[in-house]
Amino acid sequence: MSAAPSRVNDFVIKIATVNGTGSASANTLLMKSIFRSGIPVMGKNYFPSNIQGLPTWYEIRISKDGYVARSGKVDIMVAMNAETYARDVRDVAPGGYLIYDSTWPRPALLKRDDVTVLGVPLARLCNENFKGVRTRILMKNICYAGVLAALLDLDVARIRELLAETYAKKPALVESNMQAIQLGYDYAKANFSCPLPLCVEKMDKTSGHIMIDGNTAAALGCVYAGATVAAWYPITPSTSLMDAFKNFADKTRIDPETGRANFAFIQAEDELAAIGMVLGANWNGARSFTATSGPGVSLMSEFLGLAYYAEVPAVLFDVQRVGPSTGMPTRTQQCDLISAAYASHGDTKHVCLYPANPEECFYMAVQAFDLAERLQTPVLVMLDLDIGMNDWMCRDLVWDDNYRPDRGKVLGKAELEKIEKFYRYLDKDEDGIPYRTFPGVHPKGAYFTRGSGHTQFGTYTEDSAEYQLVLDRLLRKFATAKRHVPRPVIEGDGKAKAAIVSIGSCDGAVREALDVIASRGVHLDYMRVRGFPFSEEVEKFLADHEIIYVVEQNRDAQLKSLLTLETRVDKAKLRSLLHYSGLPVSSKFIVDGVLGDLLEGRRAVSGVVS
Amino acid sequence: MTFIPKPKIAHPSLPRNELGLTRREYEGALSTLCAGCGHDSITAAIIEACWGISMRPENLVKLSGIGCSSKTTAYFVSGGHGFNSVHGRMPSIAMGANAANRDLYYIGISGDGDSLSIGLGQFCHAIRRNVNMLYIIENNGVYGLTKGQFSASADIGTKAKKGEVNQQPPIDPVLLAMNLGAGFVARSFSGDKAQLVPLIQAGLKYPGFALIDVLSPCVTFNDHDGSTKSYAFTREHYEPVVEADFVPFKKEIATDYAAGEAVPVMLHDGSRVVLRKLAEDYDPTDELHAHDYVQQHIAKGEYLTGLLHCRPTQDTEFHALNRTPELPLNQLPFERLNPGSKQLGKLMARYR
Repeated sequence: MSAAPSRVNDFVIKIATVNGTGSASANTLLMKSIFRSGIPVMGKNYFPSNIQGLPTWYEIRISKDGYVARSGKVDIMVAMNAETYARDVRDVAPGGYLIYDSTWPRPALLKRDDVTVLGVPLARLCNENFKGVRTRILMKNICYAGVLAALLDLDVARIRELLAETYAKKPALVESNMQAIQLGYDYAKANFSCPLPLCVEKMDKTSGHIMIDGNTAAALGCVYAGATVAAWYPITPSTSLMDAFKNFADKTRIDPETGRANFAFIQAEDELAAIGMVLGANWNGARSFTATSGPGVSLMSEFLGLAYYAEVPAVLFDVQRVGPSTGMPTRTQQCDLISAAYASHGDTKHVCLYPANPEECFYMAVQAFDLAERLQTPVLVMLDLDIGMNDWMCRDLVWDDNYRPDRGKVLGKAELEKIEKFYRYLDKDEDGIPYRTFPGVHPKGAYFTRGSGHTQFGTYTEDSAEYQLVLDRLLRKFATAKRHVPRPVIEGDGKAKAAIVSIGSCDGAVREALDVIASRGVHLDYMRVRGFPFSEEVEKFLADHEIIYVVEQNRDAQLKSLLTLETRVDKAKLRSLLHYSGLPVSSKFIVDGVLGDLLEGRRAVSGVVS
Repeated sequence: MTFIPKPKIAHPSLPRNELGLTRREYEGALSTLCAGCGHDSITAAIIEACWGISMRPENLVKLSGIGCSSKTTAYFVSGGHGFNSVHGRMPSIAMGANAANRDLYYIGISGDGDSLSIGLGQFCHAIRRNVNMLYIIENNGVYGLTKGQFSASADIGTKAKKGEVNQQPPIDPVLLAMNLGAGFVARSFSGDKAQLVPLIQAGLKYPGFALIDVLSPCVTFNDHDGSTKSYAFTREHYEPVVEADFVPFKKEIATDYAAGEAVPVMLHDGSRVVLRKLAEDYDPTDELHAHDYVQQHIAKGEYLTGLLHCRPTQDTEFHALNRTPELPLNQLPFERLNPGSKQLGKLMARYR
């Protein structure tokens, strides 16, 4: 077949392996070595809900232009899993490459004549050089990293440097891993024409950047926000957020003199207890949070309603995964947008924040605590598995040492001394936000917190007028929240008739799609909402555009529904592009959807519902 | 208005405690429970107990779930914060609140429905975590607010008001708590204020999870013949087996108990719980023995009361195990919590 045109620093590698065979280290190694060569890179892990034995994929996109989303195609497939060979071969784009373990030749693989097949006897090489079944399996995966290093022209010294960092405490492992790298590298050099036209060349586009996942960044935000009580129940894909908090807290919150822990980390018996602990701690004046996923939000709903009505601050990270029900726990979706916004029975709604990447997770985590205390209500930070568990390239996180927490309207001892009587739910400032007190401060500050009907003075009531007074004030408070939540990100000159509105992790794919669509002569404006309730800026943007594509990752158009319910937008203007396969949305999906609709009137392309 | 404030008028001759407060200042709103409800007697005992140990009202945190019993947190110590949460979930609120501020006294008021059915999980796990709180179950064997269904503490053979006979075995919170390793487990009767007051005082001061299961007859739905949780049945079948006295640290009193029959248990703040055995063969400090002894007597239809188990060692309390600082977490200055920009730079290194 003819040689493809050179695609330096612009291609996608997909690696198909079996879960539990150590491929994660090989994949991280590859991605990090590209990142350290100054080239923008994206890595996405498609893993099963399983410990060992099921198929798993890792997708690495090298993008000189800095696009961080899936492109929607695969240029190099490393097919290490016999079980998925057939579909893996099918996935390779014409002109692409397939690398497979030729210890067992598979002539059926050679059926595609538009793909270059590169066979490497990985199992044989490792069996000859390593002892022990487990070691041989692990090394086979490191070995393909060596093959790719030769094919892509990766710097072997950099790989060694990364291994040395990873195994700083086990130097023997550096040598054995390097041996496996070298085996693959030498084999490729001897048998193929290296490098391929798809290869990497050093750039300088990653300085000032880190590769970090959103769960880690959010956890770090919690540490910096001064959270002291973390309560949780393990659930994929949120668990690593709590693990990260514990790790950071162990590093930064142990008193050097006393050895005491300036935090409490509580593994609850279930999600109901986890959110209960968070409410108890916040009510008592400690910044406290939990992390969970959709099923956990369902279980926490009753308490969230109590927190809304009794006005107790709380911070909850919902790392969304595929539903309904247990769904696909290790796949991504934005399918809790509605259940989070309205969690619990009765007239209840919650402040939600929608980060698009790990960098925003860090800052929004801090902001979530400030908002929760300022507004005295739960704040739900809506991550998804893609943001939470994949490593994203983002700008260095920075911290302003002048920051002090916004504890909101809290009356302390001195203030309570001065007043005659304290009433918990009075709207003294006419912004819908009352004053609160903490236990143990002053007998005058005592009040009774309850989820049953209460008056603005904090007493129990079954009186219609008294009940309604409080309920209406809560609406005023929600209106105040519109001015406090993060503003939407708006791009474009505002002159385009058509626009894209999107949310969270769709951002990268939308941005790339906008460039591609522009290159075809169509210019769209773009708004990414970042907070709920929607602000006036969101209203204005919706009013200013005639055709609005709402791009989101769920089946039921949940963002579109929220916009319809909570803004004045004319529903007829909104057109949905819905991606809900469980894999992160690709730029191609959006390009095809928008152009198909706009230029060809194809409203019924796959996955697009009007 | 459906809330009834209680006039706060203290007669000058009312006795005052060390803080100069009268019993009236430990009262709360007017009870809305049925006249004669056992719960109101427990409320009165709590007021007496808090006044007696000169508890600062603002240092008492009152927590509850849902049900008749849970309403009572509004009826005592109005100078303390109260949190009437959701059904069966009070223990988690207590855990979070206690984690935030270890310096306050936490009293959780629950019922047999709230703790033994919907909230059984949270009840058990609060014991496992050894949250420093006094947990009172106002146990009447029925659901009152929903009009008389059996609860999980109803005994086999007990009769409902409408005649239905319970056939499922009861969950006994005392045996359960001992089984789960609670360090302070007591049973009492709402009609025995003399026994209840020192138990409440000792439970509040005990540095760990303290349970008092208080038989508290429901006059409306479970006080008839054939009920095993009626006033009459309780008076007949509940036997004190150990008496507890709470001795505050300050009161240096001469030993007024004869060695051999009374066991003092020292608490962290220097106060003591003095256990007086009424049964010769009973050892309340040995949890295995206490568990078997109580269970054997239940099999004979005898319900033992008193501080049935009090563990002398108290080193597994939540904050002790988690090595939190002496200063409550909610009072740590922000500078001690925030690692600062320089440290952030260092933490970033591994993500490059």
